[in-house]
Amino acid sequence: MAVDAVPSSPFPQPAPPALELDGLTRRFGNITAVDRVSLRIAAGETFGLIGPNGAGKSTLMKMLTTLLPPSAGVAQVAGFDLARRPQQVRARIGYVPQLPSADGELTGYENMLLSARLYLVPRAERRATIAASLDLMGLTEVQHRLVQTYSGGMARRLEVAQSTMHRPAILFLDEPTVGLDPAGRATVWKHVRDLRDRIGAAVIFSTHYMEEAEDLCDRIALINAGRIVAIGSPADLKTRFAAATLDDLFAQLAGDRLPAAAMPS
Amino acid sequence: MTGTKVGPGVAGYCTQTFAVAAAETLKLRHDPMDLASRAVQPILWLVLFGQVMAHVHGLTGGKPYIDFLAPGVLAQSVLFVSIFYGLSAIWERDLGVLHRYMVSPAPRSALVIGKAMASSIRGLSQALVIYACAALLGVKLSVQPMHIMGVLMITIIASALFSSFSLIIACLVKTRERFMGVGQFLTMPIFFASNAIYPVQLMPGWLRAIVGINPLSYEVDALRALMLDGGTSELGLGLDLGVLLAASALCIAIATRLFPRLTE
Repeated sequence: MAVDAVPSSPFPQPAPPALELDGLTRRFGNITAVDRVSLRIAAGETFGLIGPNGAGKSTLMKMLTTLLPPSAGVAQVAGFDLARRPQQVRARIGYVPQLPSADGELTGYENMLLSARLYLVPRAERRATIAASLDLMGLTEVQHRLVQTYSGGMARRLEVAQSTMHRPAILFLDEPTVGLDPAGRATVWKHVRDLRDRIGAAVIFSTHYMEEAEDLCDRIALINAGRIVAIGSPADLKTRFAAATLDDLFAQLAGDRLPAAAMPS
Repeated sequence: MTGTKVGPGVAGYCTQTFAVAAAETLKLRHDPMDLASRAVQPILWLVLFGQVMAHVHGLTGGKPYIDFLAPGVLAQSVLFVSIFYGLSAIWERDLGVLHRYMVSPAPRSALVIGKAMASSIRGLSQALVIYACAALLGVKLSVQPMHIMGVLMITIIASALFSSFSLIIACLVKTRERFMGVGQFLTMPIFFASNAIYPVQLMPGWLRAIVGINPLSYEVDALRALMLDGGTSELGLGLDLGVLLAASALCIAIATRLFPRLTE
């Protein structure tokens, strides 16, 4: 299998790649975007973050990926202290931001080459690693086309490939399927699932699609106004809050503040 | 296991720096029009401005004005190309591309130096165009290999200097609109308050003082010495090189500190 070509990272992987947050907080002026979030995510767990726009999901993810320094609290990400060893953390995580992060002016292959170099995939293994990752994401055929000609789903899969060549312990995906058509969404998730099973990474993603969260996640956290208001497996949450679906749970906990009279009849 | 010191080392650092520069270079290859269009401006300066000013007598003490101007135009075009690096960083941030660099384990300084290298490659392509154009206009260029090497080196350092300076501005102002304003506001004084297009002897004292602290003046001075046949440096090549290197190191250091602010 081509997968054997995936290299060992030049950075040693820690045994417990769990993520552990204690009172993680981020303030912007008077606004507290993330408010004392404490959380533990196990190695290999698939974890979903749901919540209304502006709830703090993206801010939380930016902190966990070292892009944004926390105002208070501590976090161990992939075995390293987030604030003190950000470079060690970055070597062990993959992050697909909400915005399209693959460079449209480069081909798929060139984007992969850039990432392989940035993540220090050894030179001798680069070609094979890139080929294996592109294959896993179903992009071998289009690798020499400029990314600006890709469909949304293809670009997203490329970004996932770019973020996982170094076999991260944790893969962060910030609303990975936003703006994709149903077929594109399905393919992205099929490939992410395969990848997760292959490299055993924990996958942490945010989404507005409740069915995605329900289908994929071991556990879900519902975030509102910067706090985790509910956490558990999808089945568990539905039982606990007597909700028929996650949509109901969302409406119940994230405050569907539209008065009944305003709803279209 | 935690706390183990792992360092990718110098080789890794170079790979990461090179990765950034290589990606930028590949983009130039996909869009050669980009380079071609940037070559127009220095040609216009040499051909239009240079020809008109050549008729002003006594400006450059008997030497042809076009000879005086050519190194100034090279310095200017390097400045104008480099100063857009901050804008392109903001652009990449708005697109999301910059986030990919920022979450990679590459040290921030490697990212900044990689961008600076990319800017140097553009600067070198400008040098090529200006040499060709100047030769056609009859500028007496020095063809000594050491001199040409010197010009290339000064161009590389100056590109790194002004692109990292531009990156600092980008990290401070953060939006495209503000950068456009501030960029104009800074580029023009750097250019006009220098020895690039007229001799400092014509300037009032206060302006000469500004010229004296403007790194572009040292770049132009070095280029006049190296580019022209029988060219001389007024300030001394050692001082020129020292100022350019020190200013580059300072700007790269500051840009490295500020760079993460762009994706916060």
